[in-house]
Amino acid sequence: MYEFEYQKPSSLSEAASAIKSADDGSLLAGGQTLLPTMKQRLASPSDLVDLSGVPGLSGISVVDGNVVIGAMTTHAAVAASADVKSNIAGLAKLAGCIGDPQVRHRGTIGGSIANNDPAADYPGACLGLGATIVTNNREISADDFFVGLFETALDDGEIITAVRFPIPEKSDYSKFAQPASRFSLVGAFVAKTSNGARVAITGAGQAGVFRVPAMESALNGDFSAASVGSISLPSDDLNSDIHGSADYRAHLVTVMAKRAVDGCG
Amino acid sequence: MPITVSMTVNGKAVTGEIEPRTLLVQFIRENLKLTGTHVGCDTSQCGACVVHIDGTSVKSCTTLAVQVDGADVHTIESLADGDTLHPMQEAFRENHGLQCGFCTPGMVMSAVDLVKENPDPSEQEIREWLEGNLCRCTGYHNIVKSIKAGAAAMRG
Ligand SMILES: Cc1cc2nc3c(=O)[nH]c(=O)nc-3n(C[C@H](O)[C@H](O)[C@H](O)COP(=O)(O)OP(=O)(O)OC[C@H]3O[C@@H](n4cnc5c(N)ncnc54)[C@H](O)[C@@H]3O)c2cc1C
Ligand code: FES
Ligand code: FES
Repeated sequence: MYEFEYQKPSSLSEAASAIKSADDGSLLAGGQTLLPTMKQRLASPSDLVDLSGVPGLSGISVVDGNVVIGAMTTHAAVAASADVKSNIAGLAKLAGCIGDPQVRHRGTIGGSIANNDPAADYPGACLGLGATIVTNNREISADDFFVGLFETALDDGEIITAVRFPIPEKSDYSKFAQPASRFSLVGAFVAKTSNGARVAITGAGQAGVFRVPAMESALNGDFSAASVGSISLPSDDLNSDIHGSADYRAHLVTVMAKRAVDGCG
Repeated sequence: MPITVSMTVNGKAVTGEIEPRTLLVQFIRENLKLTGTHVGCDTSQCGACVVHIDGTSVKSCTTLAVQVDGADVHTIESLADGDTLHPMQEAFRENHGLQCGFCTPGMVMSAVDLVKENPDPSEQEIREWLEGNLCRCTGYHNIVKSIKAGAAAMRG
């Protein structure tokens, strides 16, 4: 790991100015992606601005039909939250199958979605529930937030403060984990919301998480596993690697979507 | 620029002047000379480096020492009471839960954290909890047996 300066601001505005005035700074949340990347020398920020001293960034609340999760809330806290379990079962399940317990104890929702790894799990829940990403400057809908591979709509130095998830009628997440890394080879998040069904797929797409409109309209007609079972995606824009070909992933998309619909109960 | 960190490690207050890039595991092994915490992979996969920070298990190779300034850290050295092993350590010994022993400190620290959350874990729950702990020797079978026995002993 290359050298860097460490800063631990104690307010959001201090954090915003620290990251702005740094030469080539990075925000630090749980460090479960950033530190391994720095060790591999794939990232060499001049400064790390640690968000753990900023008050109010962590915690879960239910407000006006939404579950609001602070950016610094750990995966373990989301998985264990009674509010998340009772209101958005699919989200609690998703958080509980990220990585391993030690990663879940430190990794945060803000770090995960800012990173937008194409095989990460949280982008599936954000898109699948039509969440709103709240930053220190504005609110961004999940449909606009996930731009591409490791790319988001965040401006340089913009800080995610919370994610607001509208409470659906029901939801589930079904993940086929890559056997070694446990990231998703394919993950399907399905929700039945007051504005219709949503289906988001993570792990499979070359440009990261995406929705499947054909499955959504089939579910709006009949919310059952059978209605998505006959829909298969073309494999053209899907990932292909040593863990699975694009055709294999296309097949898994249908299987995982069926399981998630079933899991909605 | 060096930076001063202070924390409690195994009940003792410690302080060090370190570079910000110092990993918690380096601070524990090299500054404090507590070499029970191992580095197996250094890539966040194996869990040989698991310690407890404020009561929960984390990978000390994927945590900066500065991130835990002010925290309460426990390493494998904190478990035994003099010559008397902690029930989880004793269970690993009794059940042949180790061969070379390299992964064992992390396994035991991870297991103790599991039992805190779930005092009577099933075999399946133990196997799932060990997702982030790799062992190259045992095939896990006796580790799972050890943790079941250790959990029973900890329940008393
Ligand atoms: C062994 C292992 C297994 C894993 N398995 C999975 C898995 O199965 N599924 C999965 O989804 N993930 C997995 N992960 C990744 C894990 O979920 C990380 O916790 C997560 O990707 C990043 O969160 P973090 O809090 O650790 O962020 P950090 O590593 O601290 O930061 C990641 C990036 O986000 C930026 N950032 C952090 N917080 C904010 C913020 N509030 N606003 C703006 N930018 C911010 C940082 O600057 C950095 O660029 C795994 C990681 C490991 C080490
Ligand atoms: S040394 Fe920390 S996970 Fe392997
Ligand atoms: S006993 Fe040798 S690595 Fe586990």
